[in-house]
Amino acid sequence: MIEKTGVAPSALVKKEFPEKIVLKKPKAVIECYKDIPCNPCETSCPFDAIKVPDDINHRPVIDFEKCTGCGICVYNCPGLAINVFQLKDDKVLMKIPYEFSPLPKIGKQVNVMNRAGEKVTEGVITKVQNTKKHNKTALIHIEIPSAFLYDAITIEVKPHEA
Amino acid sequence: MNEAPFVIIGAGPAGLSAAEILLKSGAHVVLIDRSDRLGGQLTKQTHMFFGSEKQHASKRGIDILKLMVDALSGYDNLTVHKETTVVGMYKDKTLACLKGETYFKVHAQAIIVATGASEKALPFENNDLPGVYAAGAVQTLMNVYGVKPGNKVLMVGSGNIGLIVSYQLMQAGIEVVKLVEAADSISGYLVHASKIRRYGVPIEMNKSVKRAIGKTAVEAVELWELDEHWQGIPGTEEMIECDTICLAVGLAPLTELMQQIGVEITFIGELGGNVPRINPRFETSVPGVYACGDVAGIEEASSAMIAGKIAATHALLNAGIEVDKAESSLASWRQELQGLRNGPHGEKVRKGLEKLGVLS
Repeated sequence: MIEKTGVAPSALVKKEFPEKIVLKKPKAVIECYKDIPCNPCETSCPFDAIKVPDDINHRPVIDFEKCTGCGICVYNCPGLAINVFQLKDDKVLMKIPYEFSPLPKIGKQVNVMNRAGEKVTEGVITKVQNTKKHNKTALIHIEIPSAFLYDAITIEVKPHEA
Repeated sequence: MNEAPFVIIGAGPAGLSAAEILLKSGAHVVLIDRSDRLGGQLTKQTHMFFGSEKQHASKRGIDILKLMVDALSGYDNLTVHKETTVVGMYKDKTLACLKGETYFKVHAQAIIVATGASEKALPFENNDLPGVYAAGAVQTLMNVYGVKPGNKVLMVGSGNIGLIVSYQLMQAGIEVVKLVEAADSISGYLVHASKIRRYGVPIEMNKSVKRAIGKTAVEAVELWELDEHWQGIPGTEEMIECDTICLAVGLAPLTELMQQIGVEITFIGELGGNVPRINPRFETSVPGVYACGDVAGIEEASSAMIAGKIAATHALLNAGIEVDKAESSLASWRQELQGLRNGPHGEKVRKGLEKLGVLS
C-alpha cells in the first residue's frame, strides 16, 4: 500500500522500532522503506551506528546499541525519514526534522499528526535546535502521550493565509 | 596544437562539472548558458540531495551550485557567456550564439552538449488556461524569484519532481490540495511521498486531469480515474477547487542543436524520448561532440555531475591532451555512476542504456 499512498502501514512501522525497553534511552528510528542510492545517514553518524551495507542503494541498518539518539542523522537525511524516540514515564520524547517557517516556539501546544496526515494527539514543543550545522533542517523536540509512540510522526503545518 | 576552445553548452550540474575537469588541464574553455545565472536546475533546488558525499549528498542543490561555481574561479582559461543562447551548430564545430541583440560565433575543437531537458505537457481541455504550469516553472517562480504561483495547487505526477515541488509549495505556505498519478504506484522516492503525505496531502493513483475549469484562469479541475489502458473512465469524475494545476509529467531531452549537425538521434522511452546515440565515452556519432546530463537521458543531478567529468576527460584525451591519472579517475567515476543506477529506481535508466548499448 505504501507504494500507492506514501503511508507506511503500522506493521511496517513497528518493525523499524526497537523493543520498548530499549527506548528508555533515545534511539533513531529509520523509515526508509525502499532502496534508493543514498547514504548520508551512515556517513553523518559519529557513533558508527548506521550502515548502508555493500551497495549504496541498500536500506540502512541501525545498531541500537551504538545509537545515542543524538539526532545528527535526523537533519542529515535528505528524505527526512529519521526521527528519534524516547519513552520517559508516560511520555514519548520525539526529535523530528522540520523545514517550515516560522519555527514553533518552545512551550507551544501543537497538533501531532500521523503518517497519513491526520491529527492523533497534542504535544508540547520542548526544544528547538536550528544552528548553522543543522543547515536549515531544524531539530524540533516534542513531548507527547506515550500511547501514540507508533502513530506520531510530525506536527501540523497549515498553509499561510492567502 | 589546436588553439580552439572546448565549448560547453549549458551550465547545469553536467556542464559545470565538465568545465572543472577541462579547466584543470589548462585547456581554453567557453561556457555558455542562456540564463543570467549559472547552475541550471540547481538554482532552484532548495532540498537536500541524495547520493553519497562524492556527489555532495545531504547538501542542498543551491549550496552544491555555489561549490561547483567556486571550483571554476581563478582560472584565466575560462570564458563565460551568460544570457547567451546557442542558436546554431555547424558541422565544422562553429556555434552561432545570440546574446541580447548581438550575434557572435565561436569555433570549438570539441563541444560538450549539456543542454538538459524541457518539461513535458499533458493534453486536456483548457490546458492553456492561466494557472496551468509545469512543475519546474513553479519551482523557478517560487525558489528563484520568490513569487507564489497560486494559493491552491493540484499536482499531477508522482515522480521526484512532483513530490519535491509539492513539498516546496507547502514550505512557501501554499496549499497542495491533492497529488494524482496516472500509473498505479508512486514513481518517485517513497521518502519524498511520505514527507508530503504526513503533512496532509492526499496521494491518489490511476487518476488524471479530465479538464481545467475557469473563465480567465483556473478556478477548478475535473479529475477522473484511469483504466489499465490509461483511458478516463466516465462516471468517475471528481471536481476540485484550485487556482493552479501543476504538471510534473516527465522531461524530454533538448537534442535540437545536435540534430542540426546530423548527430544520430534515437528514440528511447526509458531515457525520456529522443536522445543522441552516445558511446561509453559520451561521444555522439559526430566525433568531438559529446553529450552528458539530462540531454543524454533523464536522470538525477548526481549522475549528471559524474557524467560531465567522464565526458570532459574523454574530450581531452581524444584531443591529445594529457590528463593526470585519467585511467584511475575514469574507472572510479564509472563505478560511482553504476552505483547510483544500481537500485530499483535506476532500472529504467539501465534498460534505456542497454538499448543504447552503453551500459557499463
